[in-house]
Amino acid sequence: MVPVVTRVLLFASYADALGTSAIDVALPERATVADLLAEVRALAAAHALPPAPLVAVNQEYAALDVVLREGDEIAIIPPVAGG
Amino acid sequence: MRATIVERPIDAAALLAEVASPAHGATALFVGTVRDVNDGRAVTGIEYSAYAAMAEKEMRSILEEAAVRFGVTAAVVEHRVGALALGEASVVIATAHAHRGPALDANRYLIEQLKQRVPVWKRELYTDGTREWVDPSGARAMAGAPASAPGARPGGASHA
Repeated sequence: MVPVVTRVLLFASYADALGTSAIDVALPERATVADLLAEVRALAAAHALPPAPLVAVNQEYAALDVVLREGDEIAIIPPVAGG
Repeated sequence: MRATIVERPIDAAALLAEVASPAHGATALFVGTVRDVNDGRAVTGIEYSAYAAMAEKEMRSILEEAAVRFGVTAAVVEHRVGALALGEASVVIATAHAHRGPALDANRYLIEQLKQRVPVWKRELYTDGTREWVDPSGARAMAGAPASAPGARPGGASHA
């Protein structure tokens, strides 16, 4: 299957750790959130992220088994600290 | 019902006016402000950032939950991002109802859920010139989704 290049948004401490506010990850069709995290962990500097950070798909928290579709807005969410 | 991420000072009086109605006998106002000490370290200011689109979406979900749980129909939340000085308001929540119970309960629910779920981050600046992202989650398990799904949280667990 042809990998789909997917943009992943980073924020706060994770953006600092990877030195960028977005990364591009190549994923196979019907990849899940867990697949995405595995790809992200393979990147240099990603060791600064926790083993299983929170992921949001289309601005909602997503479980590991959620299947990603082309055009989804994907973000890795550091521990929140609002208020 | 409104939830907004703003990049300017929050006008608490304007939020009170927004929820005002002759039908309301009670209005609750929560103001979260930048404190000068955290975990024993002297703080000189806080930089807030947000995933604004998701933060507003999540805050709207919490408002809808508060409407169902407590019957409040008038509620507004503003969370500020950017560099804030000591004493400045980072978040203001106004809730109103015919009676004080639902107004107060809804307000408490909104701030507790906001702190647990809304993608906003803060970096504290310390007197020694260093700065650090705040991680209130501590040893909380991270498993790809919040420990309990939004809407399935028992009683809006409070850690205050």
